[in-house]
Amino acid sequence: MRLLPASLALASLLAVGPVAAGEWVRLPGGEFQSVLRYEDTGGKVQVAPFELQKRPVTNAEFAAFVRDNPDWRRDQVAALFADRRYLERWASPTDPGPEAKPGQPVVLVSWFAAQAYCEAQGGRLPTWNEWEYAAAADETRTDARADPAWRERILSWYAVPSSQPLPEVGRSPANAYGVQDLHGVVWEWVDDYAAMLVSADNRDQGDPDLTRFCGAGALSMDDRENYAVLMRVAMLSALQARDTTRNLGFRCARDIPAGAKP
Amino acid sequence: MNRITFLLMAALLALAAPLAAEDAAPLPADSVYLLEDVYTDQAGNDFRLADGRGKPRLVAMFYTSCRYVCPLIVDSAKGVERALEPEERERLGILLVSLDPARDDVAALKSVFDKRRLDPARWTLARTEPAGVRRLAAVIGVRYRPLADGEFNHTSSLVLLDAEGRVLASTERLGGVPDPDFLAAVKASLAVSGATE
Repeated sequence: MRLLPASLALASLLAVGPVAAGEWVRLPGGEFQSVLRYEDTGGKVQVAPFELQKRPVTNAEFAAFVRDNPDWRRDQVAALFADRRYLERWASPTDPGPEAKPGQPVVLVSWFAAQAYCEAQGGRLPTWNEWEYAAAADETRTDARADPAWRERILSWYAVPSSQPLPEVGRSPANAYGVQDLHGVVWEWVDDYAAMLVSADNRDQGDPDLTRFCGAGALSMDDRENYAVLMRVAMLSALQARDTTRNLGFRCARDIPAGAKP
Repeated sequence: MNRITFLLMAALLALAAPLAAEDAAPLPADSVYLLEDVYTDQAGNDFRLADGRGKPRLVAMFYTSCRYVCPLIVDSAKGVERALEPEERERLGILLVSLDPARDDVAALKSVFDKRRLDPARWTLARTEPAGVRRLAAVIGVRYRPLADGEFNHTSSLVLLDAEGRVLASTERLGGVPDPDFLAAVKASLAVSGATE
């Protein structure tokens, strides 16, 4: 695992404009009520303390990664790992160019590419539970989800046409944990997006499907008012790992190094 | 480039040649074998997926503490084996990878391997690190989620890879009697690989 000083050095190398990129925020974790109410968890999940990048990964940061790791250039990436639209809006395989500004979040990246980027930073993609836990906060509360005004604010983002240019990262106020842009900028990959089996109960289907799933774990979504989060779940669970879209980016998470102060 | 550099490079290339010859042509861009994770088998040997290049292979994911569906996955692969001619059987590899690397160590894999009397000439039970498990699941289309009680909720597919590691077919119909379409795909792939040998 990369140690803190190294990542700080990296962050300063990649810094764009006034904001230092690749900054990490430590989140305390704890018991959390997920909007995904699985049969086995009842929606209660334990989130271990972890670190999350303060902002989504930008074009400038991803371009530096691609230059260091040519396997992830759009003209060299294996079809197994990314669809044909991967980074297609960049001016060249290594240069985002004028259409993809340095401070805008990188989009049109596959899950494999996002995972590879995070591994190169000594991290990983956040799990859905980690992402949802971090995204439940507003500027003052760690869980603002019951507040209709907050929900309304988040939903208003989804009404912005996707033809609008993406905002630059780091322009929105930090939430109670110090994390920015969890809402209102891009959708974000999570490590276990493929685990979000959105289906009433897969075991209730016809005979051929009876054995499709091993074990229990049916999913229901109780918090029907939380449309914004439900839309994310629906979108993520429909994706394949090599898919890319114009509104889908990511940020990295990492475990807290053993022996570090909590 | 000056002459000395050129000669030096030529010499280096000559030295490197035997190594390069081993992996011959690059893998196809859609080959599952492009995953570079290190796996460990039931005998404790490390390997990479691409080491299986050269003959068709059945791949599935399972975990050793699974009581209901996972034994069926083994049954399904055995069912395909039984339906093959002996000379076909010899040319097919079977790889089952654990979804549960935290608990499925080499000893756990070995225990299932022995209990199910699997033939080491063709069968491999293996584990890799969690990120690698997710990558493999993603490329062969398996979705899974750990449950609170330590079990896993997962889709169960038996996937057929060709000699270059490309997905040729898959089935979710499990059990001792093979899915006829899937079996036909296996036989066809073995006929192709037999013809090129």
